[in-house]
Amino acid sequence: MESFNEYAEERKVTYKPAGGGRIFTNPDADRARAYFRDQKPRKLTEKVTTIQEVVNGLVNDGDYIGVGGFGANRIPTAVLHEIVRQKKKDLGVAGHTATHDFQILIGGNCINRCDIAYIIGLEARGLSKAARKAVESGAIELTEWTNAALTWRYKAAAMGVSFLPVRCMLGTDTGKRSAAVEMECPFTGSKYLAVPALYPDVGIIHVHRADVYGNCQIDGIMVADLDLARAARRLIITTERFVPNEYIRRDPARTVIPYYLVDAVIEVPFGSYPGNMAYEYFSDEEHLREWLTAEGDPESYASFLEKHIYGVKDFNGYLDTIGGLKRLQELRLQENLVEK
Amino acid sequence: MEYNDMELMICLASRYLEDDSIVVVGTGAPCAAAMLAQKIYSPRLMIMFEAGGIGPLLPSMPISVGDSRTFYRGLVAGSMPEVMETCQRGLVDYTFLGGAQIDQYGNINSTMVGSEYQKPKVRFPGSGGANDLASFCWKTMMITPQDQRRFTENIDFITSPGYLTGPGAREAAGLPPGSGPYKVITNLCVIGFDEDTKKMKVESTHPGITQESIIDNTGFGLLWSEDLTVSEPPSEEELSCLRNEVDPYRYIIGRL
Repeated sequence: MESFNEYAEERKVTYKPAGGGRIFTNPDADRARAYFRDQKPRKLTEKVTTIQEVVNGLVNDGDYIGVGGFGANRIPTAVLHEIVRQKKKDLGVAGHTATHDFQILIGGNCINRCDIAYIIGLEARGLSKAARKAVESGAIELTEWTNAALTWRYKAAAMGVSFLPVRCMLGTDTGKRSAAVEMECPFTGSKYLAVPALYPDVGIIHVHRADVYGNCQIDGIMVADLDLARAARRLIITTERFVPNEYIRRDPARTVIPYYLVDAVIEVPFGSYPGNMAYEYFSDEEHLREWLTAEGDPESYASFLEKHIYGVKDFNGYLDTIGGLKRLQELRLQENLVEK
Repeated sequence: MEYNDMELMICLASRYLEDDSIVVVGTGAPCAAAMLAQKIYSPRLMIMFEAGGIGPLLPSMPISVGDSRTFYRGLVAGSMPEVMETCQRGLVDYTFLGGAQIDQYGNINSTMVGSEYQKPKVRFPGSGGANDLASFCWKTMMITPQDQRRFTENIDFITSPGYLTGPGAREAAGLPPGSGPYKVITNLCVIGFDEDTKKMKVESTHPGITQESIIDNTGFGLLWSEDLTVSEPPSEEELSCLRNEVDPYRYIIGRL
C-alpha cells in the first residue's frame, strides 16, 4: 500500500493538516474507483472459502484493516484469531471503538499503526493491560479521531468522494492530533474540518445471514458496517449461517450488504464469540474477564493465548476450549432471558 | 433514608432530563440516570446510544454501548451514522460524559496524561464518541467524583470541548452556537457555568458538604452562585426505584 505522504508529494497536493497526525491510507477516490473497476468481482458467483484460506489470501502483512461491529458486539472473531495464528505483521487498524477485537490483534503483536477513536478499554469491563502497554510503549503509530469522524471517513469512501466536512473535533487536541484539515464552507463561510476518506485494504464483518454469493442480512444495529462494507477494497464476510439465495430474494429490503461488495464468505456459527450477537447469544463476560486478568502476568498471558489461539487449529477448536456447545447454549439463554 | 455518593449523583442528574427530550448516554451512571428519569419524571424521555440503539425499553443495564440491551424493544435499531448525524443536525438535547481531567471551562480529557503525546505517562481509550457528543448535543453534563487531580487548571489534553478558552471560543472554533457544558454533578456539589465568563459556578452544595471542602478538592478557582442552595437529597421514591428497578444488582450504585 503506498503511503499518502509519497502520493501527496507526487501529486503536488498542498496538504495542511491541522495537527500532527498522519494519514495511513490514500483517500484518492479515483485510485479507489480504478481498484473497484479492476478487482471487485461483478459476477454473481459462489464465494465460499475457509478462514485459513481467506486470511492467507486476502490479508497481507502491512495491510490496513477495518473491523465490523462494535468492540465486543458482532465482531468477526474467527478471522481475527486466524490473523494472529498466521502471525500477520505491521497491520494498520481503524480503532473505531475497537475493544476486544483490538485486544486480540494486540495479543498477536500484529499492529503497528492505528487511527484511534477508542482503544485499550473494554467499556464497562475495564482496561486491557496488554493493549495499554503496547500503546504506551510508542510501538504503535497513532492518529487521533472520534467515532463519528471514523464513521464519516468510511462514509466518504462509501460515497466515492475523497473527503467530507464535519463539525466534530474542532477546537480540541483531538482535532490537532488528527490529520483533518480546516476548511471554509464555500456557501456559508462556516468553519469545518475536512476528514479524508478511509478506504481500508480489508474490511471484515460478521453478519447473521448470507447466501453463498455474499448477499447479507444483519439483525439489530448496523454500527458503521454499511459504510465499511462499501469503503473496503477487499471485504471478508463471516456469517452465523448460510441461507439459500431464494431466502434473500424473498425480502430484498433486508439485504444490507450486496454480493458485489463481497470477496469471500465463510459460515462461522457463534462467530462473534466471546462478543454479543444480537438475538443469538450474549457476550461471555466470564471469558472476557479471564482474558483481562491473564494480561496482568506475562506467563499467564502467554499460556492463555497458547490455550485459546495458538494451540488450537481453528475457531471451532477455540470454542472447545471455552466449554463448547454447552457454554454457548448458556449464552444463548442469557440473550433470550434478557429481562431476568 | 441513607444513600451513597453514587446514588446521590444519579438522582440529581435524573432530575435534569425533562420529558419529551432526547439524551445520548453511555454505560454506567449516565445510563442509570436516564433510566431513573424515564421511570419517575420523564416517561417519554428518548434514550439513544451512539452505536445505533434508539428508544429501547431498557430491561437492565447495558454492559456496552452497542450490546443488544441498547435496542431491546426499541423504536429503531439504527446505526452510528444515524445517531451521530442526528446529533450533528441539532436534535439531541442532552448527553453525559466522563473523563480523567476537567478544567474550569468544562473541557474534558479522556485521552492521555503526560506532556509528550507520543510517550504518554498514562494512555486512556480516547474520545470514542465523547468529542462528537460534546460538540453536537445542546447540553453536556458530567457525573464525576471531585478532587484536585481531576478538577485541574491545565488539563493535559482536550479530548472533548467544553467552552474551550471562554466566551465565544466554541463559536470561533466552528462549533455549533448555543451548545456546550451544562451541569457537572459531583460527589460534593452541583456546578453550572457562568453566563458571562463560561467558568464553573457552584449552584448547590450537597447536604453536609462545606464550601471549604469543595474548594480543597478543586484545582482552580470556582465561582459561587448568588443563590447558592443545598442540593435536594434523593427521595424515597427515587432511591427505591434506583435500587429495585434500575440497578438491582448494584453494578453502578455499588461501585463506590
